[in-house]
Amino acid sequence: MAEATSAPGNDAIVDRTASDDNYLTHGKGILSWLFTLDHKRIGVMYLVAILSSFFLGGVFALVLRAELWTPGQTIMTADTYNKMFTLHGAVMIFLFIIPGIPATLGNFVLPLMLGAKDVALPRLNLASFWLWLTGAMVAVASIVIGAVDTGWTFYTPYSTTTTTAVTAMTLGAFILGFSSIFTGLNFIVTIHKMRPEGMTWFRMPLFLWGIYSTAIIQVLATPVLGITLLLLVAERTLGVGIFDPALGGDPVLYQHFFWFYSHPAVYIMILPAMAIMSELISVFSGKHIFGYKFIAWSSIAIALLSFLVWGHHMFTSGQSGLMNMIFSALTFSVAIPSAVKVFNWLATMYKGSIRLAAPMLYALSFLFLFAIGGLTGLFLGSLSTDIHLHDTYFVVAHFHYVMFGGTVIAFLGGIHYWWPKMFGRMYSERWAQLSAFLIFVGFNLTFFTQFVMGSHGMPRRYYNYLERFTAYHQASTVGSFVLALGFFIMAGYLLHSLVGGEKAPANPWGGATLEWETTSPPAYYNFKHEMRAGDPYDLDALRWDPSIKGYVRKDPASVLASGEGAAS
Amino acid sequence: MADQAHAQRDGLAVDHHFENADQQYQSAKLGMWVFLGTEILFFGGLFVAYSVYRANHPEIFIFGHHFLDKNLGALNTVILICSSLTAAWAVRAAQLRQIGMLKLMILLTILCALGFMGVKSVEYNGKWKHGLLWAGQYDPHLEDHGETSHDIIGEEIAAEADAEIVTEEMVVEASPALPAADPDRSTIAPAAEGPAGLAVEDPAAAEDTGVEVEPANAQTYFSIYFLLTGLHGIHVLGGIGAFIWLLLCARRGDFDSGHFTRVDMVALYWHLVDLIWIYLFLLLYLI
Repeated sequence: MAEATSAPGNDAIVDRTASDDNYLTHGKGILSWLFTLDHKRIGVMYLVAILSSFFLGGVFALVLRAELWTPGQTIMTADTYNKMFTLHGAVMIFLFIIPGIPATLGNFVLPLMLGAKDVALPRLNLASFWLWLTGAMVAVASIVIGAVDTGWTFYTPYSTTTTTAVTAMTLGAFILGFSSIFTGLNFIVTIHKMRPEGMTWFRMPLFLWGIYSTAIIQVLATPVLGITLLLLVAERTLGVGIFDPALGGDPVLYQHFFWFYSHPAVYIMILPAMAIMSELISVFSGKHIFGYKFIAWSSIAIALLSFLVWGHHMFTSGQSGLMNMIFSALTFSVAIPSAVKVFNWLATMYKGSIRLAAPMLYALSFLFLFAIGGLTGLFLGSLSTDIHLHDTYFVVAHFHYVMFGGTVIAFLGGIHYWWPKMFGRMYSERWAQLSAFLIFVGFNLTFFTQFVMGSHGMPRRYYNYLERFTAYHQASTVGSFVLALGFFIMAGYLLHSLVGGEKAPANPWGGATLEWETTSPPAYYNFKHEMRAGDPYDLDALRWDPSIKGYVRKDPASVLASGEGAAS
Repeated sequence: MADQAHAQRDGLAVDHHFENADQQYQSAKLGMWVFLGTEILFFGGLFVAYSVYRANHPEIFIFGHHFLDKNLGALNTVILICSSLTAAWAVRAAQLRQIGMLKLMILLTILCALGFMGVKSVEYNGKWKHGLLWAGQYDPHLEDHGETSHDIIGEEIAAEADAEIVTEEMVVEASPALPAADPDRSTIAPAAEGPAGLAVEDPAAAEDTGVEVEPANAQTYFSIYFLLTGLHGIHVLGGIGAFIWLLLCARRGDFDSGHFTRVDMVALYWHLVDLIWIYLFLLLYLI
């Protein structure tokens, strides 16, 4: 499968002792990026691609919020509005948040944490990126040829009868699904087969546990989405009738298929965020992580439970009462491993020496927002309240608190944490704090008002609304533009850091995981030596060195493989 | 450099990021198994659709399977099992560096796969001729079944009575008290209601006339039949492509050094394709 020697990436054996050679300067020109097998470059390409998608989805969101400034028509027709919320959802989910953390930070950091030279299957990794690009192009093409107005869930029978470009959009999502499967498969193999000396399963950094759990869901759930979307395409093009009552099919079967993937998919989104959190909380509290094994197992528990709760999306779709009760109970059980994580993070912070650097600000935001998002999930998981709250803005707000307040915030924390490692430059801490503050305030203004609206009965996805909701909608819209301002400031200082930022030391934060043992940015081959892993949270093994403005290991030999010096 | 020297010593090409050939082989193998897991889930969606509709409407499946030729299905099963044997033999040959035998076995596997697709196209062609297609194109012309019944209808059915398979128009004329209940017919009554969609139940089908009347929504069987066998067929075509690639690799001498990972991986994939067909044969032909 992966043994050809003539591929790019193998052709030049780099002199691993040259200190000025890093993965960014190793090989020039656009083709050396597009056809690279280097996990770091693939991670950076994903970062650019995924942040572009985030920008696109964000523009749709701002347009939506602007339309909702007044009841009735503000800036667009109802049909355009339907397309806008569908595109916002589809782009954000399939192009941004599902691949988000694993494909960018996962790709970049995972092999480094393992002290490895690359992921196990680098060609598959590149293929996965190209599949993402292809899927993204098909999805964007669908926007050009008429967009989609079904909502991102593509519910039948509407999705099989509407004349908008559902076929192209679902084909795009189908291809993106394979990109996600291959990324997950690659990470599973890499974690199983490429752990360094000394890294047993329970000495892995918790980031790897989170990514591993995510990968399990990616490979087990995504194929089901694939066949579901394929059936939808077959329905539209051939008329196979599986979901069409007129031909003997059952439209609710579509919902079962769709949510069998898409509920686990929200854990594809949140588990990597939790993975980042475990790193941030420990490092910026200056303390060993509390309850390591509980956090590790809770990731696996969430991955497994995620497959058993899809029915809670169909409480009002005519499921039997018994099924509703079972799904409701199982839904509550997801709260247990989630809470285990949160309490362990809090316990890690307890009596720690907390540094309020930008990554930690995002970690704290995560704790606050994810707690609200998670607890409001219980309102929706219990049957009686869900009947009232179903398909209202309460659901929208819950979803955004978990996905934006959870995943995106942790993603931003992760970007700020690993940015110096990725690009070898420090960003402006002060601007970062301002931006984190604006994002936190803007987010809460946008979505907390939606909780209130929703509990008062404002239905989601509506173009028009009653006069009494105007104040809430306007507050929400103002919040969304504050949020956007925060992001523009972030784009500004991050881009500025690339050219004008201070040079980053190898270990600016004092993390004890292996990625901090190599230079910033890492050499093409990642490490000068074969590595050996110790306790990933033994922060006492490091000391601050003011001369390089970074942390160094008290005993550098402790992370070198035992045979190092003689071998390779 | 050291990696490459090590690789040459073993006579195997090891990628730069692996420590040794074994780690590389084990990684490829685990990756392949995980991929096969995703394939099972991919087909799993269709198997679930099959289970749901069969549980709700067993009569559709009883009716529909008479139109599949068990003999051709069995022939294809034998062909695929043979190809799995030759694929496994090819792996063995690659491990023992018997390049001639390897090429022969790959060639035989390709021939079997082509044979499978040939038989499948005969079957598809028969369905096409009689309009027994997926729901959107379902337009059965059973009136000419007197001439072509042996092509399309299971033999035991054709041997029984001409009146057994009748079109809906004929039901209207036929007396509801025709004798000779079909032993194959399910004794389970069709679901009175439930997640069967909103289509109106055909009262003629619900009534137990003792005749192999076409039940309502019989087209669903053919939708599922074409989806399952079609998706499987695409996998067979993919397998043929993979084996042709292996043949080219073998001609180029890639396996002369005893490097058998690729052969092993493709064979694993092929066994899964074979296994899925065995399930399809049981679930669609031998109800």
